[in-house]
Amino acid sequence: MPAEMLVFFIFVLSIFLGFELISKVPSMLHTPLMSGTNAIHGIILIGGMMALAGAEGFIQHVAGFLAVVLGAANVFGGFMVTDRMLQMFKRKK
Amino acid sequence: MITSLAFLIASVLFISGIKLLASPKTARRGNLVAGLGMLLALLAVLPLLHNAHGGSVSLWKWFLLITGILLGLVIGAAGAYKVKMTAMPQMVALFNGAGGGAAALVAAIEFAHVTRASSLTFVMAMLCAALIGAVSMSGSVIAFLKLEGRFDQPVTYPAQKLLNAGLLLLCLLLAVVMAAGAHSVMLMVLFLLFALTLGVLMVLPIGGADMPVVISLLNSFTGLAVAADGFAINNVAMVIAGTLVGSSGTILTLAMCRAMNRPVSNVLFSAFGKVDASAAHANSATGSVKPVQADEAALLLGMAARVVIVPGYGLAVAQAQHQVRQLADELAKKGVDVSFAIHPVAGRMPGHMNVLLAEADVPYDQLIEMEEINPEMERVDVCLVIGANDVVNPAAHEDKSSPIYGMPIIEAEKAGTVIVMKRSMGKGFAGIENALFLRDNCRMLFGDAKASLQELVTLVKAG
Repeated sequence: MPAEMLVFFIFVLSIFLGFELISKVPSMLHTPLMSGTNAIHGIILIGGMMALAGAEGFIQHVAGFLAVVLGAANVFGGFMVTDRMLQMFKRKK
Repeated sequence: MITSLAFLIASVLFISGIKLLASPKTARRGNLVAGLGMLLALLAVLPLLHNAHGGSVSLWKWFLLITGILLGLVIGAAGAYKVKMTAMPQMVALFNGAGGGAAALVAAIEFAHVTRASSLTFVMAMLCAALIGAVSMSGSVIAFLKLEGRFDQPVTYPAQKLLNAGLLLLCLLLAVVMAAGAHSVMLMVLFLLFALTLGVLMVLPIGGADMPVVISLLNSFTGLAVAADGFAINNVAMVIAGTLVGSSGTILTLAMCRAMNRPVSNVLFSAFGKVDASAAHANSATGSVKPVQADEAALLLGMAARVVIVPGYGLAVAQAQHQVRQLADELAKKGVDVSFAIHPVAGRMPGHMNVLLAEADVPYDQLIEMEEINPEMERVDVCLVIGANDVVNPAAHEDKSSPIYGMPIIEAEKAGTVIVMKRSMGKGFAGIENALFLRDNCRMLFGDAKASLQELVTLVKAG
């Protein structure tokens, strides 16, 4: 099986995994969950780092730098804001 | 080998993180687990970094990389810790827009490295990522502005859908031209500009009340763009993480729409919330508004055996979460059974109200979901509605001409007495009248929610 096909397999299986993972979530957790998954797509930061490392010429440097800044804001801000939300969910003592 | 293993472990941590996030007891741990996975992925990518010719990264590049990450960290942390809990949905929209923008830029840079030998699949993945990422970015910014209240009315004009469809078609056409081998920077810039415009035009016609659904949808868009980027640069961890967000985000979007009893197409394309003056009062309910003073309201609350509080966004705007908890505590001291009924779409985002009440130390087992409270509502003595409107509007059950007809509501009107705390006789976020306020068992307590609640706390304590 060619490598692209293998990645495509992983892609399709991940779709179903995502559906299964959060099919039964109480609505009280929808906001933290949206925020938490929002942080996870911050993994684009590693794509940004690879793109900046391989950048050539002025335009690519600027675009790569911007991608790293935006990606880092997404990933760090995302996890922090989710944690700030979730630390307040407490049971009655 | 080691890096591949690290990416595999990171992917497993993402999956368990999302799983743990789905239960209130483990949610915080879930976020930390996913964060740990992210840290691992960030470390694992370091050995993979190389310049365009496969050589090692220059010192200048390292400087740029570290500066960029630190800058993003500072911006992200400032946003995450400064934002008020009421403005949480806006913040999520901005972070999502940042991710979308990064995904589009990464795709654009990778596209510049495409050669004649590059596989068409990879080229298509890049163009997909650029398109979806750019749409998600500009759409998120508009969603942010709408939630900030800059312009929350839907913007509509003739042939809107046609124009958007045309623009999408133009983007796809341009993508085909570029995939066929036209590699100019200008074309890429044009492509991104078209995609950004498409994102703006897609969100403009949607009303402010529906922004949470839009953010959730754009969140899954960004996930897909990231997955496509991962495909293009051959990074499996990015494919898995992006796809998980894409599919779980889709489920979340559908769940939100179900809570409002509207198909997702209706949310996206119907300009809901646009005030239609002719239809609004076709069969207005009869009756009169009966105002009540705070002392009488306190008496009613103090004598009740069971009180249900229905909080809405108005409560959050007034920053009165702490006062409402004090009132609940005082009533509980008098032996009143107090609980909070939470509508799935109360606040600006599903679960937003839970976050706001959690901030005021209301334990989450005191919060009851709509489906559980409705059958018991007839046995409730006093239902106190604070800053909520559309989610208790009986027109959703009774008035077929109402735009919210069919939306599940908290059946406040069935309680013995309903006390509605409201600033004035304004309309709800959906822009429609509320027949509940005219019912015989309904009393209106006008004024600022925070001040009124403070007064109630004092009166209940004294009485």
